[in-house]
Amino acid sequence: MMNRIDTNRIVEAVVIGASAGGLHALIHVLSALPADYFLPIIVVQHRGKEHTKLLEEILQTKCLMRVKQADEKEKIHGACIYIAPPDYHLLIEQDETFSLTSDIYVKHSRPSIDLLFATAAEVYKEKLVGIILTGASSDGAEGMLEIRRAGGYTIAQEPTTAEYPYMPQASVSIGSICSNLTLDEISSYLKQLYERR
Amino acid sequence: MEQQSVSHAFSYSQEELKAFLDAIKFMYGYDFTDYAEASIKRRILNFMNMYKIPTLQDLSKILLKDEAVFETFIQELSVTVTEMFRDPTFYKSLRENVMERLATYPVIKIWIAGCATGEEVYSIAIVLKEAGLLERSIIYATDINQRSIQIAKDGLYPVDNMKAYTVNYNKSGGMHSLSEYYISKYNSVLFDKSLRDNVVFSPHNLTADKSFNEFQLIVCRNVLIYFNQQLQNKVINLFHESLCSFGFLALGNKESLLFTDRKSNFEDVDKKERIFMKIG
Ligand SMILES: C[S@@+](CC[C@H](N)C(=O)[O-])C[C@H]1O[C@@H](n2cnc3c(N)ncnc32)[C@H](O)[C@@H]1O
Repeated sequence: MMNRIDTNRIVEAVVIGASAGGLHALIHVLSALPADYFLPIIVVQHRGKEHTKLLEEILQTKCLMRVKQADEKEKIHGACIYIAPPDYHLLIEQDETFSLTSDIYVKHSRPSIDLLFATAAEVYKEKLVGIILTGASSDGAEGMLEIRRAGGYTIAQEPTTAEYPYMPQASVSIGSICSNLTLDEISSYLKQLYERR
Repeated sequence: MEQQSVSHAFSYSQEELKAFLDAIKFMYGYDFTDYAEASIKRRILNFMNMYKIPTLQDLSKILLKDEAVFETFIQELSVTVTEMFRDPTFYKSLRENVMERLATYPVIKIWIAGCATGEEVYSIAIVLKEAGLLERSIIYATDINQRSIQIAKDGLYPVDNMKAYTVNYNKSGGMHSLSEYYISKYNSVLFDKSLRDNVVFSPHNLTADKSFNEFQLIVCRNVLIYFNQQLQNKVINLFHESLCSFGFLALGNKESLLFTDRKSNFEDVDKKERIFMKIG
């Protein structure tokens, strides 16, 4: 596995998928980013449908960037962390707005990381960074493959360092990953993008 | 349609999709051109994958030639996912904030638009029954998908779903036990016929068909999210036109009037549960 980090790329958006253990990993990666971080960061974190806004609230207390739940037809902007609402799939449209759907579960999940990633890949192509974090699901692997096929940059949390290695490992195993990084490395990669924007 | 994979062997451009949807509209009158694109694009790709049709042009040719295949295609395009008492707090709000006001009408006319396979219809019928209003209600339950409408009419659902529906029902403030409303038959349950005595099931296409009555309550949940803003606006106008003064409109959890020009014609009844009242 190559571990050289690609910092020369022009990036327009970052998508992140996380499942079990995700809250801590997300805080680790996102809390260090400045309030005016220039990119939109779009997150699917698997969670129960009864937890309507808790994740957003916790993340907001830890992050300088604005955190909000993604709204139906909302325009995507930089300097914001968007979280997929529970019990809906989150998709990205060509005009860089969100769509929500209540389609069938994909890989037992709604929201589906795969669906967000695949639709983001179609919109942002090589200007997309996909990050897959800890989890006990295979969701996200195919989406990462779609990002890579579209020319985007794909990062997995190094499985041996993940609280739940199964999910990042699934992405690594199907050959969808450009770099395996620790949470610290992911965080500093995102900061580097900011510094040379 | 099962959508278990996001990778597809085939692909097509936005322009090809437009031309394709235009052809469908011209030939069959079904207008999908104002559907939110990301979702419909994936559903068409799923269909192509499933039937091993490599290009959109091929699909177009097949559909224009063969009406039977077109029927199947239409079924596959519509997302039929639904459940009973989905979002229990919504039903709780219906019970607490809407029933009492509906009770003031001698005859209560209700339109459930995009009712899919009917689980929502039986849920609302149960709420009406428990409020003592079912007997003077007429429910029009409509959907674009004729196969779904047929399933809704039959009122026969897999027994495996009942556990989750019972939890939902109880959370919604149910006054009895959900099992009082159905009988089990092998692996299915059949809902009590009395629940649908006053229900008219019928096909209706929100993109093309007109208003057909005046209602005290319109329920249209998780349908508008599949439309683009223009079409959402058009459909909200249709609902506005079809509601009596002070009639209620109930949308899905993530749907709003924000982008529609009828915004100021409605007042919040329950902001979180997206229940509105027509005030002008
Ligand atoms: C996700 S289901 C929602 C079912 C139910 N209302 C609920 O919330 O559980 C969406 C429904 O909208 C219907 N639909 C899609 N386009 C439509 C149209 N143009 N006119 C009427 N119904 C439509 C689909 O056939 C499907 O049954």
